[in-house]
Amino acid sequence: MQLTLHDISHRYGGTTVLDGVSLTVDDGEIVCIVGPSGCGKSTLLRIAGGLEKPDGGAALLSGAAPEGSLNPLTYIFQDFALLPWRTVEGNVSLVLEDHGIAASERAAIIADVLSRTNLSDFARALPRQLSGGMKQRVAIARALAVKPAILLMDEPLSALDSQTRELLMDDLVALWSRERFSACYVTHNLNEAVRLGRRIIVLSRRPGRIRDVVEIDMPLAERVDRLAELELLQRRVWDIMREEAREADREISDVA
Amino acid sequence: MSHEAAARDTANTPDDAGQRPVPFRGGGFVHRPLGPVAPVVFLAILALWELGSRSGFISPIALPAPSAAFAALADLFKTGMLWKHLGASLYRLALGWTLGSLLGIAVGLAVGLFSLARAGLLPLVSALFPVPKIALLPLFIIWFGIGEGSKVATILFGTFFPTVIATYAGVDNVDRGLIRMGQSFGLGWLSIVRKIIVPGAMPAILSGFRISASIAIVLLVAAEMIGAEFGIGAYILMAGALFALDQLIAGVALLSVLGLVIAWLIGKLEKRLLSWRM
Repeated sequence: MQLTLHDISHRYGGTTVLDGVSLTVDDGEIVCIVGPSGCGKSTLLRIAGGLEKPDGGAALLSGAAPEGSLNPLTYIFQDFALLPWRTVEGNVSLVLEDHGIAASERAAIIADVLSRTNLSDFARALPRQLSGGMKQRVAIARALAVKPAILLMDEPLSALDSQTRELLMDDLVALWSRERFSACYVTHNLNEAVRLGRRIIVLSRRPGRIRDVVEIDMPLAERVDRLAELELLQRRVWDIMREEAREADREISDVA
Repeated sequence: MSHEAAARDTANTPDDAGQRPVPFRGGGFVHRPLGPVAPVVFLAILALWELGSRSGFISPIALPAPSAAFAALADLFKTGMLWKHLGASLYRLALGWTLGSLLGIAVGLAVGLFSLARAGLLPLVSALFPVPKIALLPLFIIWFGIGEGSKVATILFGTFFPTVIATYAGVDNVDRGLIRMGQSFGLGWLSIVRKIIVPGAMPAILSGFRISASIAIVLLVAAEMIGAEFGIGAYILMAGALFALDQLIAGVALLSVLGLVIAWLIGKLEKRLLSWRM
């Protein structure tokens, strides 16, 4: 399945936050979107998943969803968005309950995704008992449970400390190597972008336009051993972004 | 407390190497659990009061001794009137509070969820909430009769408004991120309300219960002071009319115990329903 954002423009009140952004997420491809704060990255992702209507342009899907996909476009949020009153398995169960799946089959899916994310021992724990990293693993397990075609990841590692972030990045790479999911990955962390992205789309400061696209052909699994080359790429992306970030930093915000 | 500690530490003399401990400036502003202080204070007040009455310092006309009030309570128990009064009061309280809370939660959810209900009902709720429901009692008597109807209605209306306000405020405070998550996974509207909004508003609804239960007790007594044969309020009113102050104190003590029991029950309910919060 392919997700295409065609000429997306959006404004909040009088402020244009996105201006003519077009991009495509191909099958099995991780597209990273980076940009200075307030450039409309998260808005773009909300539009991509149908949580917000763009003022101009359209988000388009092509191709059939994979067999058995319950929710082709599935988000992973920065703040995890777990229900604090449900256990780990209850949180995964939540997204299956509206699909008329028999209880036994549901339990099987839950057990499967929890084992794939190494969470089986935590099935009955409540979110408050888990570390940030474990919470995000639960959110990833929940996303896997609905067999997504495309994952929409909104700064998924930004609320975590740097060591946990490293661990989860390894998890994501391992997961991608096994399942070849496609993803649209929004981040402000350039290191994450060069570690995970097949393409990195650099947005300008508000109003967000595509400033540049950096392609990285290096296989995902090899990247952890070729950090020096990634460092150069990261520098390149930063060179593109630096002025934009500086200007964005000096702007007075009038949108929430 | 923290000041004393700090003063002591800065007074420490330097040792031979010219080193001195960094003055301690933290501590204080934290409550320690002190165990059975409350019962001790309570018993001490009772003992002083009893002593004052026995010695003649407190005139029995001004305030009866606690032992006299206790005797009145024992008398109430022995004659079996206790259960009659308590039963009548509890029936009114339970019926009025339950109906008021259920209606309040329903309307509160509507105000929290639908713009039309919010625009239409919220000003009405705000206008009627501060009206003392006791002032409306004569109206309720005409509408619902002098019997149980008017008493239950008074409690119902008294608990309804705070429950509406607590519920819609709770709905407003539900994390929008969780609702967005539910939408992004394609959950139905009813599922989002049932599984995300209602549990998310539950802490606010339960703290609303604490307030509405106290209001219900106040209104219960007021309502029972008009045209009730049985009930703690009627008992207190009768004692007051006869200047039987020992019975009056006994009745007030009953109300106080009732309030404590209800608060304890709500505490239990919170522990059960909100265990995920601890």
